[in-house]
Parts: sequence; structure tokens; C-alpha cells
Amino acid sequence: MGGLILLATLVVVAPLILIFLYLLREGIGAMNVAFFTKVPAPEGETGGGLLNAILGSVEMLLMASVIGVLVGVAGGIFLSEYPRHRLMPTIRMLSDVLAGIPAIVMGLVAYGLIVLKFGFSGFAGALALGFLMIPIVVRTSEEVLKLVPISIREAGLALGLPKWLVTLRIVLPAAAGGIITGIMLALARVAGEAAPLLFTAFGNPNVNLDPSKPMSALPLEIYRGATSAYDENQRLAKAGALLLITLIFVTSLLARRFSRRR
Amino acid sequence: MSEPTRSAPTPARLSSRSDRVFEVLILLLASIIVLVFLTSIYQLGKDSWPALQHFGLSFFTQRTWNPVAGTFGAASMIAGTLVTSLAALVISVPLAVASALFVAEYAPKWLANPVGYLIELLAAVPSVVYGLWALFVIAPILGRWQITFFNPEFPDRLALYTKCAGLWAENKTTLQCFFVPSSGAGRGLALAIIILTVMILPYTASVARDVIRLVPADQREAMYALGATKWEVISRAILPYARAGILGGVILALGRALGETLAVAMVIGDSQDVLRSIWGNASTMASVIANQFGDARETLHRSSVVTLGLTLFFLSVAVNYVARLIIARLTPRGIQ
Repeated sequence: MGGLILLATLVVVAPLILIFLYLLREGIGAMNVAFFTKVPAPEGETGGGLLNAILGSVEMLLMASVIGVLVGVAGGIFLSEYPRHRLMPTIRMLSDVLAGIPAIVMGLVAYGLIVLKFGFSGFAGALALGFLMIPIVVRTSEEVLKLVPISIREAGLALGLPKWLVTLRIVLPAAAGGIITGIMLALARVAGEAAPLLFTAFGNPNVNLDPSKPMSALPLEIYRGATSAYDENQRLAKAGALLLITLIFVTSLLARRFSRRR
Repeated sequence: MSEPTRSAPTPARLSSRSDRVFEVLILLLASIIVLVFLTSIYQLGKDSWPALQHFGLSFFTQRTWNPVAGTFGAASMIAGTLVTSLAALVISVPLAVASALFVAEYAPKWLANPVGYLIELLAAVPSVVYGLWALFVIAPILGRWQITFFNPEFPDRLALYTKCAGLWAENKTTLQCFFVPSSGAGRGLALAIIILTVMILPYTASVARDVIRLVPADQREAMYALGATKWEVISRAILPYARAGILGGVILALGRALGETLAVAMVIGDSQDVLRSIWGNASTMASVIANQFGDARETLHRSSVVTLGLTLFFLSVAVNYVARLIIARLTPRGIQ
């Protein structure tokens, strides 16, 4: 049985290693200066890079974080510090439910909310990504906040501090490491989402920093390139995938390191 | 130290007011979660209303999806979603449980940690990267394998293919024909199932690992003390105890599989004639949304695509709810 179990484990882990080696082999050659400083060349031409996608991803992730962190951490505080509130079960359940909603469905929602009225935009993409971040941040911050010993809260209250100050100045800093871990994991998770961006941010072949206009993102360019018939686009897609996957792995590993040291 | 409780009434009252403000602020921010949920239902419901009104419940039973004729029925995509998800689930569960057992029971610590890391990284790989890999690496392999099927040295295989192709053309199939390769493209239902299997593995595996680790040590030790072998301990003391938690993880993975979009959309071939061969093209609800929503111009087409999204929404909500229920209710105390 032990042999079978080892074999099954190898089968489980193999795709990860195979994918990474494949992307490394195919993508590393395209990771030159142009990759980081140029936009994709017109179809059929060679050269070019993914500057538009890199900047778009960074900008949309920053905007998404505003929603994801604010609502997510507040949700975590609410669930852990006000467990007897009558809205607690509802918010806990809905946050779990949101975690299971497919990303593409969030894209449809953001489309109806923003794109129908204002057109494709970075804002719409960021909204969809922000919605997707919320449940991940809620869950992790609730968990780490609950790990903060009650005695620390009681000590603060005994000193005469009001509860909100205890929460903000004592409990939150004590849990900061874990909360940051959760935020990083949420970012790593949504950084790779292309589905909700297909019809919200839509993509843009040029560098665009104006969030009210269509914007590109790394996963979007990977999708376009991988399904494109042109070698050059496929090459960029593979290099983009290598960059994205490396960033995600580094973020995930850092987040785990960070949370384990605490 | 004298009169500790009555000496400071004013700060207490002040703090209770500021506490109230803080509580309301936190509650308002947390309520955005409720708002997101309700907005999603409202938005999806509103946008899918034209299609639901036009087709009624037949939307879910009709097989024809024809944007040109303006006829939209989702039966084949619903079937595609269920078949790919359930098949992926069936393949992935034994693998996931085995890898969880390896990490939790078999591997020495220096190996268990990195393997656990790797399995978690597997969950972090974006859908679109899985799609790219499947398209460029796995599809050609499957394609070559399919082409060898049509090897002229075996005329009976060609005869079988011809017979099946005739059946497929009439929208029919037999059990044998279901497994006969239909093209040399490599893309199709089978590849979608393979890539979905890989994608949902880490979800089941990490939940299973967590519950297996939490099985009380004395449970194991008691069995070992009775002279049980490692496998007996696993099959009689660990797996039964962790069963509910593992089942919850499996259903969570099902929720992932149902909504998985781009990897499937890239490899499944996007065709509405489903399930005549496992090698043939098909589509899922999510893949149709990804492939068609951007080009859907007519209201009815657009609305029909959103109705797929609404269906997916409720399906995922139901599946996740059941998963949480199982994990909460059936897991023994202390393993939740």
C-alpha cells in the first residue's frame, strides 16, 4: 500500500513540476528587456513585451486591494470580535458562500454593475477582483484574530481602554502578521484570474494607466496569446505565464513563511 | 485601589459611545459582504430575465443552442458541466486521499513539509496557465495517441470508427463508440476532464490532510498496540474517523470544478453537440460564458449566457452550502 500511496503522491505533484519546467524552458528566452519595457507587437510581427499587462495587473490589484482589504478585514473583525451580534451568522455564511462563487460569475456581475453603464474599464476589472478577494481575507483574518488570547483583550479593557481602542491598538497589531498573510494569499489568488477580466477590463494592446478605460492584465494576455495562432503571441504568453506563476509562488511561499514564524 | 468600579463613570460612558460608533462602522463595512451577495443575485437575475421569460424552464431542458436562430437551451452545457466535474472528481479523490495519507502518515517530516507545500502551490497555479499547458503539452500527446488508433494496419479499427462516425452524425452513440477517438486534435471532453482533475486535486488533498492530521493520536496508538499494521490503522482507525471531513473537501472540490472556466474553455473545443464520444468537443456552462459573452450582441443571446451564470451561481452556492454543512455536522468535535 505504501508504494501505491507514494506513486499517487508523485502523480499529484508531477503536473506542478512539469508545468514549471515547461514554462521555464519555453518562456525564459523571451524574458528580455523588451518583455518588460514594450507592448505586444502587432499580430504577425516579432518583438514586443507585456508592459501593458504588467502595469495593468499591478494597477488593478492595487485597486482591488482597497475593496478586498477594507471589507475583508472589517468582516474578520466583526466575526471575531462581535460573535454574539445577531447579524454574525448571516455574514459568516454569506462570506463562505461568496468564496464558492465562480470567478467568471463575478465578472458577469461587474459587467452588469459597471460595464453596461460606463463601458469596459480597469475599475470594472478591479471591482470583480476585489469581490473575489473579500471572502479569502475575511476567513484568514477571522482565524488569526481569534488566536489572539482573550487575556490580552481583558488586560486592555482592565486598563480602562474602550473596546474599539483595544481592537485597533492591541488585537489588530497582534494579529497583523496573519492578516497580511491572508491578504497576500488573496492577492496571489486573484492575480491569476483572467475569467472575470474578459468582459470587464477587456484588455488593451497599449499601456493604459487610466482606470476608466479598458486595461490589460497578465492573465488576460496569457489567455489571448495561448489561444492565438501566432508563434510570437504564444511565446509572449509562455513568458507571461512564467512571470505570473513565479510571482504567485514567491508570494505564496513568503506568506507561509511569514505566518509560520509567528 | 479604593472604589475601583465606581470611581470612573465618565470614561466608561464616553467609551461606550465611541464603542458604539466603531461597532456600527465595522458592521457597515462587513455588511458590504451581504450587499455583494444581494447585488450579485439582483444583477444576474435582472440580466437573465429576458431569456427566462422567453424560454421558461425549457431553457434547462432544450438541447439546441443556436445564436443565429435565436434558440437557446442549456441542456448540453449543463450535461457537459456535470460530466466533466463528476468525472474529474472520481479520478481525483483516490489520488488526493493517497497524497494526504502520504503527507500525514507515511512521509518523514523533512519530506512531508515540502510535499505539502507543493500540493498547496498546485492550487495557486492560475486556471489560464493550466489551460496553456494543457493546450501546448497534453493536447498534442493525446492527439498523437488518437492518431495511432487510426493506424491502417488495423482495418477493423477504421471500420469501427466509420460505424461510430455514422452514429455520431445522427446524434447517437453506443458505449463502445463513446470511447472511440473522434479526431486527432487532442482537445475535447477527455482533456477537459484531465485538466480539471489536476486542478481540483489540491483542494481535496489539503482538506483531507488537515482532517487526517487531526485524528487523535491515541486512536492510532491503540490500534498499533493491538498489533495492527500501518494499513490496518489507516483503513480502520484513520479513514473512518476522517470520512466526513474528507467528504466535505470532496464537495468543495466539486464546487471548484463546476465553476472552473478558462482552462476548460481553452481545451474543451466549444461545441454544443455533447457526449457522443469522450474524445469529442463539448462545452460547459462556464466555458460558454467565457467564449460567447463578449460576442453576444442580441439581448436574448446575452441574457441566455447570463442565465448560465445565474445557474452556476446557485449551483455553487448549493454545493458549498452542503459542503460546509457536512464538515460542520459530521466531523467529530475537535476536527472542525
